[in-house]
Amino acid sequence: MRFDTPATTNPIDQLKIVGKPVDRIDGPLKTTGTAPYAYERHDVVPNQAYGYVVGSAIAKGRIASIDLSTAQRAPGFLAIVTADNAGRLGRGRFNTARLLGGPDIEHYHQAIALVVAETFEQARAAAQLVRVDYVRTDGMFDLAAAKDSWTPAAGLGAPADPGVGDFAGAFPTAPIQLDAAYTTPDHSHAMMEPHASIAAWEGDSLTVWTSNQMINWTVGDLAQTLGIAREKVRLISPFIGGGFGGKLFLRADALLAALGARAARRPVKVALPRPLMANNTTHRPATIQRIRIGATRDGKITAIGHESWSGDLPGGGPENAVQQTRLLYAGANRMTATRLAILDLPEGNAMRAPGEAPGLMALEIAMDEMAEKLGLDPIEFRVRNDTQVDPENPGRPFSQRQLIECLRTGAERFGWNKRNAQPGRLRDGRWLTGMGVAAGLRNNLLTTSAARVRLDHRGVVTVETDMTDIGTGSYTIIAQTAAEMMGVPLDKVVVRLGDSSFPVSAGSGGQWGANNSTAGVYAACVKLREAVAQKLGFNSADAVFGDGQVRSGNRTVSLAEAAGESGLVAEDAIEYGDLGKQYQQSTFVAHFVEVGVDVATGETHIRRMLAVCAAGRILNPKSARSQVIGAMTMGVGAALMEQLAVDKRRGFFVNHDLAGYEVPVHADIPHQEVIFLDETDPISSPMKAKGVGELGLCGVGAAVANAIYNATGIRVRDYPITLDKLLAGLPEA
Amino acid sequence: MRSFTYERASSPAEAAAAAMRTEGARFIAGGTNLLDLMKLEIETPTHLIDVNGLALDKIETTTEGGLRIGALVRNTDLAADERVRRDYGLLSRALLAGASGQLRNKATTAGNLLQRTRCPYFYDTNQPCNKRQPGSGCAAIGGFTRPLAVIGTSDACIATHPSDMAVAMRALDATVETVRSDGTVRGIPIAEFHRLPGDTPHIETTLVPGELITAVTLPKPVGGKHIYRKVRDRASYAFALVSVGAIVQRDGTGRVALGGVAHRPWRVEAADAEMPRGAKAVAERLLAGARPTDENAFKLPLVERTLGAVLAEAKG
Amino acid sequence: MSKVTLTVNGANRELELDTRTTLLDALREHLQLTGTKKGCDHGQCGACTVMVDGQRINSCLTLAVMHEGDEITTIEGLGTPGNLHPMQAAFVKHDGYQCGYCTPGQICSAVAVLNEIKAGIPSHVSADLTVAQQTTAAELRERMSGNICRCGAYSNILDAITEVAGGQT
Repeated sequence: MRFDTPATTNPIDQLKIVGKPVDRIDGPLKTTGTAPYAYERHDVVPNQAYGYVVGSAIAKGRIASIDLSTAQRAPGFLAIVTADNAGRLGRGRFNTARLLGGPDIEHYHQAIALVVAETFEQARAAAQLVRVDYVRTDGMFDLAAAKDSWTPAAGLGAPADPGVGDFAGAFPTAPIQLDAAYTTPDHSHAMMEPHASIAAWEGDSLTVWTSNQMINWTVGDLAQTLGIAREKVRLISPFIGGGFGGKLFLRADALLAALGARAARRPVKVALPRPLMANNTTHRPATIQRIRIGATRDGKITAIGHESWSGDLPGGGPENAVQQTRLLYAGANRMTATRLAILDLPEGNAMRAPGEAPGLMALEIAMDEMAEKLGLDPIEFRVRNDTQVDPENPGRPFSQRQLIECLRTGAERFGWNKRNAQPGRLRDGRWLTGMGVAAGLRNNLLTTSAARVRLDHRGVVTVETDMTDIGTGSYTIIAQTAAEMMGVPLDKVVVRLGDSSFPVSAGSGGQWGANNSTAGVYAACVKLREAVAQKLGFNSADAVFGDGQVRSGNRTVSLAEAAGESGLVAEDAIEYGDLGKQYQQSTFVAHFVEVGVDVATGETHIRRMLAVCAAGRILNPKSARSQVIGAMTMGVGAALMEQLAVDKRRGFFVNHDLAGYEVPVHADIPHQEVIFLDETDPISSPMKAKGVGELGLCGVGAAVANAIYNATGIRVRDYPITLDKLLAGLPEA
Repeated sequence: MRSFTYERASSPAEAAAAAMRTEGARFIAGGTNLLDLMKLEIETPTHLIDVNGLALDKIETTTEGGLRIGALVRNTDLAADERVRRDYGLLSRALLAGASGQLRNKATTAGNLLQRTRCPYFYDTNQPCNKRQPGSGCAAIGGFTRPLAVIGTSDACIATHPSDMAVAMRALDATVETVRSDGTVRGIPIAEFHRLPGDTPHIETTLVPGELITAVTLPKPVGGKHIYRKVRDRASYAFALVSVGAIVQRDGTGRVALGGVAHRPWRVEAADAEMPRGAKAVAERLLAGARPTDENAFKLPLVERTLGAVLAEAKG
Repeated sequence: MSKVTLTVNGANRELELDTRTTLLDALREHLQLTGTKKGCDHGQCGACTVMVDGQRINSCLTLAVMHEGDEITTIEGLGTPGNLHPMQAAFVKHDGYQCGYCTPGQICSAVAVLNEIKAGIPSHVSADLTVAQQTTAAELRERMSGNICRCGAYSNILDAITEVAGGQT
C-alpha cells in the first residue's frame, strides 16, 4: 500500500480497540516466566553445547601468540573458535569493529575466542585457560584531548554543518548572549537480558534464536559476516529482554554461536557475561557540546548555534547531538556542526534517542540559562520562540506541533506557578527543593513495513511480521490493529513476531516501530478485507467488518465461514511517498521535574515527574505510558548517576558491571505522571500515530538539571550531576 | 570458576582443622561475595568447606550484658533482632543500608566482615592489582579513583572496605571470636581485625590460615543516639561514597566511624573526643593525613558535611 | 559432580550436578525452569530472585549443592498463565513490566517483601526501628531496590504491589 496522501477516515478511526488501554496480550507469559527468551530455548533443538566468550585484555594492539592447549585439555572441552581458525569473515554493514578480533585488537573486551564445552561451568572454566600474549600499542582514549583532531561528520541523512542565515554575524550583535559548553558521558544500554543466542546448523543452513531488535538487518549482517547467502540464515527473536539500541545489530553472541556450532558440529548457546557487555558491545558516545544563543531583549532568538564533538573507532560515526537544534526553536540565523574524533574506546552507536538524548541534555539547560538572562519564565521563553515550520526551510510545515500546549498543560498540572524563580530559596527540612522544565522533540521516521495476515475457519486472525517487541508493546498494538481492522475481539487475534521467515517490518528502533509496523498490519488487513469481500461477492467498499462478521447490505456472514476450511491469507506493506519531505514530522514533550537536594550531602532525590506528550494517535495509552515513564527513568539515570568511567591510560570503561555502572533503582523513582495530548496526525500513516518510546527520554535530563539549579543555584553543565559537583556550592549545612 | 571439592563441616573446630588440612581451602557461608569472585577467578579455592550447618546462628545475651552474635546470623536477622534494634540501632541501621533484601537474607555476620573490596580494578583480572596478584602493581592509582580510598592508603593499594556493618561494629567496639585449627579460641578486637594495605594489600585481616570466625560480640549497650548515614550516588543498592556511623550522647560526647574512605572501617579514637566541638573538629582529626586523588578529594568535605548533618540530627 | 535433592515448587527433584553449578543454573539449565532469569550472574540486578524456605535470595550467588533438602519457590510456582497469582495479575493490570526480563524476579521479590513487612523486618527507610513497619510507598521502593528494571517500570510496579498489599490487609 502506498501512503502518499494524508489519511482520511478509515476503520482504525472506529477506536473500538485501538486507542484503548488494554492489558498486554503477552502479560500472562511475562509474569509467569513462560515467555521464552533466547538463551532459554531448550525446546527448539537438542544437544545444545555451551559457548563462553573470551574478551581482549588490551584496548589496542595485537595478539602476539595465543596458547589454546590447556583449554583444549580441560574437562568437557568441545571446540574453540578464534580468528585463526574461524575462516574468512566479512564485516556487517552495521558493525564498525570486527566481532571476532585477532590478531589485531580494536578495543577492550573485543571477543577473541569462543570456547565450547559440554556444560556452562566447563566452558567458563576452559575459557579462563586460554593464554594470550599481547603487544600493546598506544591509542587515543580521551575525547577532550582528541577533540581538536576532529573531522566534520554527517549524521544519518544530514549534512555536516547545516545552517541558514548569518550566524557568525548575528550572534555577536545580539543584545543578550549565551555561550556555554556542556558535556555528556558515555552511557551503557545495560538492558537486563544479556545479548544471547543459540545457533544450529542443518547442512549449510543456519538458525539462530537470538535477542535482536532488527531482524532483517541482522540476517543480512550475519550472512555477510559468515560469507553465506542470506537465504541460508533464519533468525528467531520473539522475546527480547530490553535493547535500547544495544541489540539493533549483529553482535558477538550470535556470530560466535554460529561459528561455535560449526566448529563443535552441534548447536551452541552463548550469552555475553555481564562484565563483558559494556566494553564488548556498543554504547552511547560521550559528547562535548558548545551552544550559543543570541536573543533580543524581549526574548526572541536571533541566532542559535550548536556544535558537538564525539569520538568513535575508525570508520564509526558521530553522536548527532545537534539535530534537534535544527528544529526545536525559531531564529533566523542558525548553525549546527557535528565533529568526529578518532578514539580507540569500544564502538559507539545508537542508544535510545540517539542524538536528542545528549543533545537536549545540553540545549535545554542552555534555554534555561538564557531565560534567566532574559528575566523570563523558561516556559514563556520557549513559547516566544515556537515555530510551526522547519526553521531552515520555512516552506515546510510541521505536520503537527503542539509544544506550547504541552508546556502550558504541564505547567497547569504540575503547579509551575509555585516555582520560585529565584534559585536556592525553598527548603523542606534537610532538602533544598526546586522545579525544572525542559522541552523535547524527537522525529517521526517513516520506513516500509510488511505483514502477513491469515484468517482461519475458526475466525481467528493471525498476524505474522518480523517486527520485534523489546518491551514496547508491539504484540499488543499489532493485535489491536488487526482486531480493529477485521472486526474481531482481541482474543481472536494471534500475533507472531520476530522471525525472519515472516514479512520484513520496520523493526524496533528510533521510536519508528509502533507507527510503521501497525501501518504495515493495516495494509495487510486492507488486503485481507478485500479478499474476504471478494470471496463472498461483496463490494469491498461497503462491506462492514464487526463482531466477527462481515456485512454487506442485508447479508451477514461470519468471518469463520468466509474463511472456510482453506482460510484466507493476505500480505502487504506500507510504503511511504514524500509526505515526510513535504512535512516535518516530529513528536513533542514537555518534562516537569521537582527535586530535593540534601543541603548537607548534595544527594538529589526526584520528588515528582510529569511528562506531557504530543505524539499523534496513542495506540494503547497503557503501554505508551509505560514507554514514557521508562524513558523518564532512564533520563533520571543520565542526569544523576550514569557514566561509563573511562580509564584514559588503559583505554576501557572501568565500571563495566551493574554494580559499577549505576542505573536508577526503585528508591530513586517517584510516582510518575504522563499526559498524552489528544492528537491524530493524518500525515504520518493510516494509523495517524507516531512514536513515544524515545520522546520520553528527550529533555528529561535537562529538566532534572534545571530543577537542581532552581533548588540550589548551582549550574552544573557536566553530566551526571553527582553530589561532588554540588558540594562546593551548597550553603553551610 | 575452577573446580573444587566440597564438604559440609560438622563442628567449628573440625571446619578449622579441615581448612588447615587442605591447601587452597575456603569456608563458604552466605557465598554472596565468594561465589561472585570465584566466577571471575579472583578467588580460586580448591576446596570449599560449607559451614552453614554449624550451630552458629544464634544471638545471645552475654553475662556482661552485651550480645554474642553467631557468625552465621544472617544480615536480615541481625538487623531485625529486637535487642539490636533497641540497644544497637547503629548496627541495625548500617546493615539495612547495605546491599539488597535478597543479599541480606543470605549474607552472614562473619562473611560481611570478610567482604573484599569493590575496587573495579580488583574485579577486572586483566588489570594489575596488588591485592589480587601481589606484586603486579596497582592500576587504580592514576586511573578511575572516584570511589576509592582517601586515607590509610599506600603506594600499593587505594582500595576501600565495602562493608556498612563493619563500620557499625567498629564504632561499637565489637570483638571477633574465632577458633583455630588446633581448637584454640581467641577474641580479636575489631580495631585490630582489618589491616591497612601497606605493602601487602592481599592480607586484609589478622586471621591466620584456617582460622574460623565463630561469633562477634558486642559490649553492653552505651545508650545515646545511634545514627548511620550512608551517602551514595543512588538511593539504594549501592556502595557508599562515604558513610558516617555515630553514637551521640546527650552531652554531645560519643564516637564515630567512617565507611567508604579507607581499606578498613575508619575510626580514630582521638577524633571522638572532638565531638562536642562539632563536625569540623572531628573531621580534621579523622582525616588528618588523608591523601585523596583529584577524583575523590570531594570525600573530605563530604565527610565533614555528613558528620555535621549527623550531629545536628542527634541534637534534634 | 555432586548429588543434591531440592524441593522445587513442591516437587522433589534429584540432580547430579557439577559442584560449581549455581542454584540459578540448576533451575534454568538442568530443570529447565527458565522463568528465573540471569541478568548479571553477580548479585547486582535481582533478576534471579527466588524464595528458599520462604526467604528471597539471589539464586546466582549460591551453589545448588548448598540447598540439600531446601524448598525452592520460583515464578513458575506462584501461578500459571491460566491461573495467575494475585501479584502476577496485578503486574498485568498495572503494566508493571516492559521487556519482561526482570519481571519474575520483581514478582518473587514483591511477594516476599509483603511477607517481610508483615514479619516486622525493618528497612533502611523505617523511621523508627522499634515499631512495626507499614506498607508505605517509601518502604516498598526501598525494599524492592534490589530488583533493577532498566525499562523503568518502577512506578507501575509500585502500583501493582500496593494494590496487592491493600488486598491483604
